[in-house]
Amino acid sequence: MSGSLRAPGLRWRRALPGHGLGGALGTSVRREEERRRGVFTRRALALGALQLGAFGFLGHRLWRLQVEQGERYATLAEENRISVRLIAPPRGRVLDRAGRIVAGNRLNWRALLVAEQAADVAATLDTFSRIVPLAEHERARIERELRRRRRFVPVVVREFLDWEEMARIELNAPDLPGISVDVGTTRIYPEGEHLAHVVGYVAPPSEADIGDDPLLELPGIRVGRAGIERHHDRVLRGQAGTVQLEVNAVGRVIRELDRREGAPGQDVQITIDAELQKAIRARIEEGTTAVLLDARNGEVLAMATKPSFDPNLFNAGVPAALWRRWTAARSTPLINKATNGLYAPGSTFKMAVALAALEARVCTPGERVHCPGHMDLGNTRFHCHKRGGHGGVDLRAALKYSCDVYFYEMARRLGIDRIAAMARRLGLGVDLEIELPGARRGLVPTRAWREAQGKPWSPGDTVVHGIGQGFYQLTPLALATYTARLATGRAVQPHLTRAIGGRPVRGSRPEDWPALGISERDLRLVREAMWAVVNEEGGTARLSRLPSWVGAQMAGKTGTTQVRRVTREQRERGFNVNQVPREWRPHALFVAFAPHDDPLFAVSVVVEHGTSGSAAAAPLARDILVEAFQRLRPPAGGAPPAAGGPRVAEAQPR
Amino acid sequence: MTGAFERRLLVRDRGAAVLAKLWRIPWGFVLLLCLIAAVGYAALYSAGGGAPEPYAQKHAIRFGFGLVLMLAVALVDIRIIARLAWPAYAGGVALLALVLVHGTVGKGAQRWIDVGPLQLQPSELMKILLVAALAAWFRRASWERVGNPLFLVPPALAVAVPVALILKQPNLGTALITAAVGAAVFWAAGVRWWKFALGLGAVALAAPVAYHHLRDYQKARIQTFLDPESDPLGAGYNIIQSKIALGSGGMWGKGFLQGTQGHLNFLPEKQTDFIFTMLAEEFGLVGSLTVLGLMLLVVAFCHLVALRCRHQFGRLLAVGLGTNYFLYVFVNVAMVTGSIPVGGVPLPLISHGGSAMLTVMLGFGLLLSAWVHRDADLGPARE
Repeated sequence: MSGSLRAPGLRWRRALPGHGLGGALGTSVRREEERRRGVFTRRALALGALQLGAFGFLGHRLWRLQVEQGERYATLAEENRISVRLIAPPRGRVLDRAGRIVAGNRLNWRALLVAEQAADVAATLDTFSRIVPLAEHERARIERELRRRRRFVPVVVREFLDWEEMARIELNAPDLPGISVDVGTTRIYPEGEHLAHVVGYVAPPSEADIGDDPLLELPGIRVGRAGIERHHDRVLRGQAGTVQLEVNAVGRVIRELDRREGAPGQDVQITIDAELQKAIRARIEEGTTAVLLDARNGEVLAMATKPSFDPNLFNAGVPAALWRRWTAARSTPLINKATNGLYAPGSTFKMAVALAALEARVCTPGERVHCPGHMDLGNTRFHCHKRGGHGGVDLRAALKYSCDVYFYEMARRLGIDRIAAMARRLGLGVDLEIELPGARRGLVPTRAWREAQGKPWSPGDTVVHGIGQGFYQLTPLALATYTARLATGRAVQPHLTRAIGGRPVRGSRPEDWPALGISERDLRLVREAMWAVVNEEGGTARLSRLPSWVGAQMAGKTGTTQVRRVTREQRERGFNVNQVPREWRPHALFVAFAPHDDPLFAVSVVVEHGTSGSAAAAPLARDILVEAFQRLRPPAGGAPPAAGGPRVAEAQPR
Repeated sequence: MTGAFERRLLVRDRGAAVLAKLWRIPWGFVLLLCLIAAVGYAALYSAGGGAPEPYAQKHAIRFGFGLVLMLAVALVDIRIIARLAWPAYAGGVALLALVLVHGTVGKGAQRWIDVGPLQLQPSELMKILLVAALAAWFRRASWERVGNPLFLVPPALAVAVPVALILKQPNLGTALITAAVGAAVFWAAGVRWWKFALGLGAVALAAPVAYHHLRDYQKARIQTFLDPESDPLGAGYNIIQSKIALGSGGMWGKGFLQGTQGHLNFLPEKQTDFIFTMLAEEFGLVGSLTVLGLMLLVVAFCHLVALRCRHQFGRLLAVGLGTNYFLYVFVNVAMVTGSIPVGGVPLPLISHGGSAMLTVMLGFGLLLSAWVHRDADLGPARE
């Protein structure tokens, strides 16, 4: 048809080229054209085959990528797309025995920085510090954390933002790429310094901590650093939940794909009564430590020492200057002296010697030892605290008047190892397994211990150790435990945990604790003597007996331990303790339990440089027990009530 | 009066001729192009986040213009095209020179020139013009004549000049593709194979020497070009993410608009260079092979035109244009599958971008003209 349609100026040629040219020329042109066409056809087909092969290569390549390796790439695509983030569970609270919150959580508004969302981290931080000033050390901490964490992990820039700061940050959000404001929680300790040594505190995890729990990588997370917070850290921390988020290439969250809630931290109830603790701390002075136990089961009802520190300060980081002051102070506010203060027990140790002597039958209860005011051993003279001597004293009188010579003699008869064995049974110098990390076990010396130091044990050493002087290093907690064991005859161990997640822990019933295996007759004798110390005319703590309205009597023992040796020269010049510098004065100790006939409470008091156990420590013990009876006395034979308890006298004169 | 009648007849005759040519246009091929462009629309719709803006709508409009351009060129007599080939080539070289002086710098190279609202990339146009110029040069050359080395000097220069100008931008990838397209026309014209071997050998010998004389920054650029993995956060990142997207598409794909790599922006340049990856992620191997199949049909049609043409100009034109289109597809797909270094080559009719679309459609217009005028007489071969 095209042949019939001709456009002007164009000739349509259906015939071969060369048509219209005649003769030989036409033939040669036609042959040339055939040849050229043949070459072209072959070469075009070769080119086409090459191109087909190239398409085949592409097809093969796609097959490899999309089918053979498809699964691998699908996984990589999912890894690109899905970001698993942890949800921080709320940290469990710490409650006192009455259910008062002693460690809780409060909301904490904070600014976070995600490095990969900020084009220029340094510029963002510069802008941020113009809006909310950042101190030099804060800036250094942020940069350290940014280096340490992966680029998509948020880093806390600033915590505890107030409303105005938050408003300023939100207002400037466009200039702060990578910065976001969110709400987390922070630890709050309503009782502050009163329970700092028991409850402990939390702080950001160290790099060593982070290894074992991914939860700890979350911004603002805290771990227990001391006390109950540390001991029960796992329980309180809970388990992280996870949320699967779909994120785009710059890390922005597109949607939530899946959420798995974690387990919130469990509440831990401790045995301390916060109000009682506060009352006791209000009564004591710096350098004093008091431990109050439930004598029947070892529950620590109060553990007070001064000075202390405010654990709330650890949330935001303790300023360096304050930290230096705390660590340099001679009064060691950071140290819990109830578990880490080491003291010689002095005369409070005499019950252990008495029980050892009775059990070893080196004396009888009625045997009298003559006290002329001193004892000579070799060419050393050991003095009794009463210069004129007590005359003839039996065991009861020796305890009541705290006669040193009697116990020098008993120690000489027993030898140090039998004394030490009894002391250990009574809870001295052994690991009490209290839930306070770093608690000291103390030291009750033995011959082997001394010889391990390469020194001989001399008979004179034994004598001195009979009155609780010498190498002993005991904590106030150990002394309180010792007293509770004397009072009940059971191997109670002090403990602070009452319930975890609402479930009571073992150890709250007296039957949970085994008997000590000490003769009840011997124990009764010693308790009776301790009662006499407080309640009989001539007892060393006569002035500290419980007021009659309490309706109970306490049994106790005073102790006074030298911190410096009194030289003979001083003694002859008439040594007056009130004339020496305070830090040279002896420590004052008192241990007691009450009621004497059915013990509920056991208490130990150590007053550093208090000079006299009877004058400084015993009145404190009395006041503590009065306080305890007022607040915790069980209604007729039951367990101590959770809170308060019937006040014996509402209008109690102080 | 008779003049008027004759003029009327002439006009009717002309109208009839246009109609006849329209009838000769292979509408099946036009449909094939529409199909590919429709795939492009879908891909750009997805790349735009499931919306016609900002890519798909413009793509459709451009394709519409391209279609009109193609059909218009298809009706132009092939002899006129052959006659205009060299002047057009000269214009293309002038544009390339102009872009070096006045071009817009993009991605570290001068490639663009602003023509009204359009950004023109003369190097794209140059490939088409070069094919036409070479086809015109060889159209009447006999086998013997092609064997004469002196006869090959002008066309070799005609390839060398634009390649050198494109290298100067610098755009090594396009320069190499331009050279390859020129080589394809040389091959189809019957240049002896040993001359190709000689040329390749000379290039292989000269390359290290030339490299030695490059400046440091140029060396670095070539190194990045040759080995993107050496820069995993830059160019290498693109390739890695592209492979992840392709591979994760699997056999059947993630579904239209469901591609995570593309929609979450892990895939870079997804509307231009990596559009094929986007398709392959969402439609899987089945989809990617289908698209490749459609493109293979286009290349096959070019060869069909070449074989059916009765004049050497049309044959060479068709082979050259087919090779140009093939190289677009091959380099792009090989690039996104990580088989060759990143080259910044779009996928014609699918990628977002006006310059490539219009030049490719112009090329198809020339191809269709060769088909429509496949029986035209452009004169016999000469010694």
